[in-house]
Amino acid sequence: MSDLGSQRLKGRVALVSGGLRGIGLACVERFLAEGAEVVLTDLEAEDGTLVGETLGRLGQAASYVRANVTSEEDWEAVLDAVTRRHGKLHILVNNAGIDLTGPIAETSLEGWRRIMSINVDGVFLGVRTFVPLMAASGAEVAGGASIINVSSIMGLVGLSEVSGYNASKGAVRLFTKSIALEFAEKKMPIRANSLHPGFVVTPLLKEGFQRWVDKGVAEKPQDLVDLMSSRTPIGRLADPSELASAAFFLASSDSSYMTGAELVIDGGWTAQ
Amino acid sequence: MKRLEGKVALVTGGTSGIGAGAVHRLRAEGAKVVFTGSNRSAADEVCAATGAEFVSHNVRDGAAWDALSERIERDHGRLDFAFANAGTEHGDGSVEDITLDGWENVIGVNQTGAMLTVQHAMRLMSRNPGGAAGSILVNSSMNAHRAMGNFVAYSVSKAAVVALVKSAAVHAGNRKYRIRVNAILPGVVETALIRNLIDTSGDPTATRAAYEGLSPLGRMARVEEIAGLVAWFASDESQFVSGSEYVIDGASTAGMMGV
Ligand SMILES: NC(=O)c1ccc[n+]([C@@H]2O[C@H](COP(=O)([O-])OP(=O)(O)OC[C@H]3O[C@@H](n4cnc5c(N)ncnc54)[C@H](O)[C@@H]3O)[C@@H](O)[C@H]2O)c1
Repeated sequence: MSDLGSQRLKGRVALVSGGLRGIGLACVERFLAEGAEVVLTDLEAEDGTLVGETLGRLGQAASYVRANVTSEEDWEAVLDAVTRRHGKLHILVNNAGIDLTGPIAETSLEGWRRIMSINVDGVFLGVRTFVPLMAASGAEVAGGASIINVSSIMGLVGLSEVSGYNASKGAVRLFTKSIALEFAEKKMPIRANSLHPGFVVTPLLKEGFQRWVDKGVAEKPQDLVDLMSSRTPIGRLADPSELASAAFFLASSDSSYMTGAELVIDGGWTAQ
Repeated sequence: MKRLEGKVALVTGGTSGIGAGAVHRLRAEGAKVVFTGSNRSAADEVCAATGAEFVSHNVRDGAAWDALSERIERDHGRLDFAFANAGTEHGDGSVEDITLDGWENVIGVNQTGAMLTVQHAMRLMSRNPGGAAGSILVNSSMNAHRAMGNFVAYSVSKAAVVALVKSAAVHAGNRKYRIRVNAILPGVVETALIRNLIDTSGDPTATRAAYEGLSPLGRMARVEEIAGLVAWFASDESQFVSGSEYVIDGASTAGMMGV
């Protein structure tokens, strides 16, 4: 039995970057189920069919702003939209991210800069843009405002041929600790924590597995799912909702003493 | 339907502090709760307030564990959550000064007691009707990562139980159990024990300030703030979390404080 629909986020406003699919979408759905109003951002045009369908399904409490997390101007536009529609923000999930794999000798500077700009600059810009609004809004709710930065187990342990992704996710981990300390020391009512998912069945993972298949690492994606499942102590990959349940805990007042922490949700992968 | 309805939970050292807070919260969310300890009158109060069931029991006593396990299996037929919470610093000291008895007392309760809790909980959960499933949580401490010079046994035992949960989590995976095992690492929590330490320190104001200053938040945790995380681990919300250590310390160990 989950806490689904407890309405513990009633009256709160949340923003989720990269919210159209995968872990981001799961967070959006969970926050809505708990009574929050949610703004999601992603790369699709605002009049695109996926956006229309998604908002139609999510209902009135959800809204969408097209924004590339790497762009300062886009973040300003998101701040504008959130301020006009809600005038406050209690929960920020910096989720948008991409992956990059390959031997270091074949990694282009362009590819490196692209992953750093999305996975690292994107988190930095999201936090910087919303700190003033969240500091004001955080004072209204028990436990304060909550920033949830999506890192990865690849921000904790290295994997061969994942250097760019490893570097970007490691950066998110320590960036989060530093801002947690800064907000705490300045008595700003904002907590900041990082999420470290293991292997989660999302479009990102499926596309990544497909690329490995194209490279001849395996015959079909399902073989890779089976392989990764067998190497995970819990014996399976995660469903995005299992990441959303941790994001929900961090978003709620229940986590009021938790800041600067890292929540690993990996089925035991990094315990081995 | 409450989040923990239908679940049976065990809390060791549940008569005071974080353990009592956990009993309250788990009951409030609908779980049946069995808790252990030795302070009968404190236990009676918790029972009266929550409807939980008390068993007088010492976590380091192997034979007592067999009896407790039998009782849980007979009365409840299952175990879904175990919180290895009982802990002590009685007899502790610096590595230079601690007595062998003091060392063995702290290691016996904090480390051997936690191992016995995980062991018996895992055995019970492996026999659950519907298949081997459940959640086991060990109460470590932020001192697992930041050792105290004046409490060597406590620091060592709290680090050891982090390795304990990882080993147990991997073992559960090897056996294909749906049993997850994790640790929480709280910062300073304002329990009656800490309040007593403050009051009897000779300089309560300075001692309180020292405890509060350990966290950049400038305060200690309230028991309820730890109980919220305990309940999350007891619920199905944490299904994919195993072998993890969750720090809940108001950023005490996130890094160094600014200058
Ligand atoms: N899936 C996993 O196994 C896994 C594991 C660990 C960490 N993560 C992390 O979780 C986060 C979400 O991953 P996911 O698996 O849900 O991925 P996903 O690809 O399914 O979803 C990511 C979303 O982010 C959006 N996005 C990408 N670049 C963007 C940009 N520049 N601006 C705005 N939006 C952008 C995408 O359009 C997509 O909707 C990522 O940060 C990822 O690194 C995922």
